[in-house]
Amino acid sequence: MYTYSEFDDRFVRERVAQFRGQVARRLDGSLTEDEFKPLRLMNGLYLQLHAYMLRVAIPYGTLNPDQMRQLAWIAERWDKGYGHFTTRQNIQFNWPKLADVPDILDALADVEMHAIQTSGNTIRNVTADHFAGAAADEIADPRPVAELLRQWSTDHPEFQFLPRKFKIAITGSPNDRAVTRAHDIGLRMVTRDGEAGFEVIVGGGLGRTPMIGKVIREFLPRADLLPYVEAIVSVWNLLGRRDNKYKARIKITVHEHGIDEIRRLVEERFAEIRPGFAGVDQAVLAELEAAFAPPALRSAPQAAYDAAYRTDPLFRSWADTNLAPHKSPDHAIVTISLKAHGATPGDASADQMRVLADLAETYGHSELRISHEQNVILPHVHRADLPAVHAALKAAGLATANIGLASDIIACPGMDYCALATARSIPIAQEIATRIDALKIEHEVGHLKIKISGCINACGHHHVGHIGILGLDRAGVENYQITLGGDHTETAAVGERAGPGFPAEEIVPAIERIIFAYLDLRDRDDETFLDAYRRLGPAPFKAALYPAEKERADAA
Amino acid sequence: MSRRFTPKVVTGNALIEGDAVWLTADDRWSTDIAEAELIEDEAEADLRLLFAQGQADRVVGAYLAEARRGRDGPEPVHFREAFRTRGPSNYAHGKQSELSANG
Repeated sequence: MYTYSEFDDRFVRERVAQFRGQVARRLDGSLTEDEFKPLRLMNGLYLQLHAYMLRVAIPYGTLNPDQMRQLAWIAERWDKGYGHFTTRQNIQFNWPKLADVPDILDALADVEMHAIQTSGNTIRNVTADHFAGAAADEIADPRPVAELLRQWSTDHPEFQFLPRKFKIAITGSPNDRAVTRAHDIGLRMVTRDGEAGFEVIVGGGLGRTPMIGKVIREFLPRADLLPYVEAIVSVWNLLGRRDNKYKARIKITVHEHGIDEIRRLVEERFAEIRPGFAGVDQAVLAELEAAFAPPALRSAPQAAYDAAYRTDPLFRSWADTNLAPHKSPDHAIVTISLKAHGATPGDASADQMRVLADLAETYGHSELRISHEQNVILPHVHRADLPAVHAALKAAGLATANIGLASDIIACPGMDYCALATARSIPIAQEIATRIDALKIEHEVGHLKIKISGCINACGHHHVGHIGILGLDRAGVENYQITLGGDHTETAAVGERAGPGFPAEEIVPAIERIIFAYLDLRDRDDETFLDAYRRLGPAPFKAALYPAEKERADAA
Repeated sequence: MSRRFTPKVVTGNALIEGDAVWLTADDRWSTDIAEAELIEDEAEADLRLLFAQGQADRVVGAYLAEARRGRDGPEPVHFREAFRTRGPSNYAHGKQSELSANG
């Protein structure tokens, strides 16, 4: 894992000291709120419905155990004993007090963490495949490049006042687990003639105008990555619509000018700045690659795993659902569900964080990952250790076997916390998961992504959920719209709106009707919801969703 | 034709704590909406909002929110404002926990 250089450490400490001064000046009246707000946002501090919220960056979703323990300590010392992991692989604290925030930032700096550029019109935390460095299908670990992008984008003088926020996602696998097609820039590692490079995707995004990103370069050599990304941001920085924040994101720029024109401008700019990158970036990248060297995996018999798998049905169910193939066949990638049925998606208590840290240290080469799906990953666990890991998780309430299933729901904080929300999302996720658990059908249903956003900004990725739910305010009442057929992977698609929305008390039965319709409609047990939807189209699902309308149509 | 003015309360978030607060008739900021001043005159509402916006050392983002007269004092009209009087629905945190602790 990357360790801060002296420069990083000094920079982060200086920023904390500056913010401490800014808070003091706000409290003594020398700064107005209008003056202070952009300063606090630069440090990830929002003011929400009931309290301030501090958004802490977890670069490319990678944490070590000491960092996780520090997050637990911060949660207990200054918050309410828990943290919320987000769809951007960050963690949010929902209850800090303004005067305490500089101390929290100092505590984060102690473990090489910060909240810089987690807000504002800057290049945000770079997100990555949460299986990076471990996945069996990976070409190369994308995190050295992600860290290079983090260093390049942090406090980049040209990119501190962008037209709007800018998000970059990167994956080292052809199978896209990082939603690269719904980012301002998506980088997908590919090979050509044995050389690894990137497919560069631009102009994707969700929000009020969902767009699937377009390929601007089919193959970019790794050595050209930084100047090429800089060229994209630089072209957008000039063209981007600062007159209208709803048209400011690069997806609109690409839409308005066309991908061919944007490509021409980017290539032109790239040709101009490329000579300035004289190889320093490549020297830094080589150092970063050494920092992210794979752990020394041990070779050992896996009899303990085989025995537990044979004899313990709970373990078997968990192993079947929560493990993913590792590069090394006698290891596994463990996804730990933060989606216990009825719990808040993405929340972990301080005690749970400590259990996760201990497990990573004992069994997982001291590595932890946060996924955009709001779960925690131990990327390198030997199969022989899995029964012990499962037992420890069970004791901590973390052994829910539902990864990729109907109750593994992404949900934004919604109107329970967020000042922008138009409706609540968390209680809807809790109720759906509770109902699915009561029905005992999710293992039969199989792979199903339900994603919920509490407003049109789509932090809950509802557009790319197989079933998406969007909470709106309709004449002073919470109302939920359903979209169907979205896909967040390399075959990305924006879901189609199914029809009129549902009031809160009708949304869970509506979801239940879609799921049962799918079970009736699939042509074999392993045809997934998304495959069935693609084969049949929306009609039979809409019929299940709106039975009264179907009756009216039949009667007419 | 201008719309008829509906009663309002002045509300915002406390500067240090960040929690929702309401302006009372005697110029205090209360964490209980029932103590708020219910303003039924539009010109008066504008004046009270200006007063609130001048209290930058105590309150952030003051605005007028719709309210109605209830048994114990003003009550929120919109669900968003109702949530602000209680706290989140997933945990007994925020005002609802203070209320149960006091009651």
